[in-house]
Amino acid sequence: MKFYSRKGLMAGAVAGVLAVTGPAFSAECIAPANPGGGWDFTCRMIGKIMYDIGVADKPIQVTNMAGGGGGLAFSHVVNERNEDAELIVAASSATATRLAQNAYAGMTADQVRFLGAIGADPGVIVVAADSPYQSLNDLLDAVKADPTSVTFAGGSAAGGFDHLKVLMALGRAGFNDVTAVKYIGVDGGGDAITQTIGGHTQAMTGDMSEVVGFLAAGEVRVLAVFTEDRVPGFDDIPTATEQGIDIVSVNWRGLYVPLGISDTDYRKWSDALAAVAASDEWAEAMVANGLAPFTRVGDDFQDYVNGVILEIEELSREIGVIQ
Amino acid sequence: MELLANLSQGFAVALTPSTLLLAIAGCFLGTIIGSLPGLGPSNGVAILIPLAFSLGLDATEALVLMTSVYYGAMYGGRISSILLNIPGDEPALMTTLDGYPMAKQGRAGDALVLSGVASFVGAFLATVGLMLLAPILARVAYLFGPAEYFALYLLAFCTLGGLASKNQAKAALAAAIGLGIAMIGLDNQTGIPRLTFGEIHLMDGVDFLVAIVGLFAVSEIFMFIESHGRNTAIGVKLDKITIPFRDIVKSFPAMLRSTAIGFFAGVLPGAGASLGSFLAYMGEKAVARDKNSFGRGNPRGVAAPEAGNNAAAGGALVPMLTLGVPGSGTTAVLLALLLTLNITPGPLLFAERPEVVWGLIAALLISNVVLLIMNVPMVKLFVRLLSVPPWILLPGIMMVSFGGIYSLSGSGYDLVLMIVFGLFGYLFRKLDVPTVPIILGILLGNNMEDSLRRAMVISDGDWTYLFSSGICIGLWIAAIAGFVAPVFLKNLLQPPKPVED
Repeated sequence: MKFYSRKGLMAGAVAGVLAVTGPAFSAECIAPANPGGGWDFTCRMIGKIMYDIGVADKPIQVTNMAGGGGGLAFSHVVNERNEDAELIVAASSATATRLAQNAYAGMTADQVRFLGAIGADPGVIVVAADSPYQSLNDLLDAVKADPTSVTFAGGSAAGGFDHLKVLMALGRAGFNDVTAVKYIGVDGGGDAITQTIGGHTQAMTGDMSEVVGFLAAGEVRVLAVFTEDRVPGFDDIPTATEQGIDIVSVNWRGLYVPLGISDTDYRKWSDALAAVAASDEWAEAMVANGLAPFTRVGDDFQDYVNGVILEIEELSREIGVIQ
Repeated sequence: MELLANLSQGFAVALTPSTLLLAIAGCFLGTIIGSLPGLGPSNGVAILIPLAFSLGLDATEALVLMTSVYYGAMYGGRISSILLNIPGDEPALMTTLDGYPMAKQGRAGDALVLSGVASFVGAFLATVGLMLLAPILARVAYLFGPAEYFALYLLAFCTLGGLASKNQAKAALAAAIGLGIAMIGLDNQTGIPRLTFGEIHLMDGVDFLVAIVGLFAVSEIFMFIESHGRNTAIGVKLDKITIPFRDIVKSFPAMLRSTAIGFFAGVLPGAGASLGSFLAYMGEKAVARDKNSFGRGNPRGVAAPEAGNNAAAGGALVPMLTLGVPGSGTTAVLLALLLTLNITPGPLLFAERPEVVWGLIAALLISNVVLLIMNVPMVKLFVRLLSVPPWILLPGIMMVSFGGIYSLSGSGYDLVLMIVFGLFGYLFRKLDVPTVPIILGILLGNNMEDSLRRAMVISDGDWTYLFSSGICIGLWIAAIAGFVAPVFLKNLLQPPKPVED
């Protein structure tokens, strides 16, 4: 939807000007989206904490560069800032998904270096409170028995991360006819829940932070959360793993840096990020924003991203999103 | 009464001097932002978000500032629609149809005051509606699935044929062009880029504002250049402002009807202010006896879309606050603001954060009164902004337009695209192809397509799903009636003649 993607740089420029209180040429964090979204949050929060805890000696300036679902910022970094050691860029599972599906006009994940993720919005499968499906297996069995009986709604386009989560869960349950699964992409997680509560779709696939309000109001039931352990604060929601569906899928919040920077600079940033992950300030920010702990920094994270991209590529080819 | 207690709590929050000052500042900024082509309410709010953060405003204060800007921009959009025939923002598009002809007839002041009052009626009643009905109305959003939304958009397109144009075929052609442009970008159902030619700037589609500013403002400058400044729409004379009591009284029922339509469209997350003002205008035209005068400066044609789009702005707050689902582009930005302030809108917001909700409602009521004062007795102030000689004003508008459009994505690509739209706008004006249906096609086309395709996924391609509920059937009947009626009544109706520039 274009609505979400248009108020751009002027706001960023204003924010940027306001954020610069130190000397010029301080480090910069590019949020490849408008102020207010997840990527913007990543830049502002991580940048602020890095300065507050003293791992960055100057305040980190935030630039909003919206467009192409993050593709505009990606191409800017690859083509114009490849050796800029003073640059970090916000990323999430959506970045990896779009790279895997070649949605960045031919650019690939190996044109930047992934730095790390330090928090994640857990994936969830949700049904309306009055739904007949009581557990994740109830729902998956219904799809296996008759794929036309269940439509999933999610906030991303078909082939996007929310869609793929459902397909991965079904794959783990032994159902691989991916094109038979019905999925509609609507304008964001809130809309997906509304459609599900209204009975137009049978289940919603999204992130934990999107369902919290509806859960507290008793309008929905979360069938499963896609984390390794139950999420603190939501201890009565079972994980998919404990229901026998071996899937861990979270929308991580992290950063990448230009490919051309030196290993020393890369280590400098990854140490700084690890320090943020360990800070009390970040722990507080995670609780306030419904994020679960998820810390993978440095080469470990690069391997993780590569693995995720491979899996998404394979799945996307099966459902025909890429050739 | 609980309501009054809540409301007085809200006024206690909103009537502190600092909040009041923010509301007035927000209304003023919003009206200016709205009246400048290229800067719409959603830009305005987005631009000011960092300001709210850097001023260290708390949640209520930030919300008061942003919603006053939002309401202010909804009021301000009509000013350039009426005086320049260039919509200040998307929802003000319909106001050009009768507002500009009124201005050409020397009744610019009347049109501005009338539309100001209509805006007030729409926005004020919508705020009252928000206050009384929000929790109940939130359930309405649950009733609307893809099939219902498709029928609603179909209704909009079916009534399009009666839109101001001498030639119905040209109007249809224009709508088709708009629909074609709407197809550009990532396909929302499959994530596959369409008509982007591998160009990353086209992935998000063509922004409405780029098209509006190109087709209206840039093409205007070409007309101006061609005629060496003689044949221009710009520079409507505005005499003393008087209050056209007769028009206000006569169009009051129209305002009330349009408020109801607009508010309803606003409440539905998939609709919004543009659809609200469009349906309000077409609805008013449908029930009017003097259909011919629409498009020629009928005061009701000015009152209806303004009441409709301001009511929709209030309505759009209902799903945002109660469901966390934005009902329009601007409320999407407001939602982001709320989340950043650690307020989670949703079914529990009214119970858990009453001071935020009621403070906001009280602030909306206050900013409406402020806006009525700014936009009726003080409207000359804003008009003066736009009434300098055309050879100064037009380049000025161009500069603001370029700045505003550049702010969308920070790339020169949109500027080039805007100029291309300007060239086509010039061409279309020469060929007498109306540009309003093009914009409507771009605005509504994607949503209509998405709704249809979602419905088809859910039903496995069974088209009877489109008629599967009472709401659907009702909307289909209205749509078919709206499409067929003009054909049979053709002999009775003279198509309206648009005012020549």
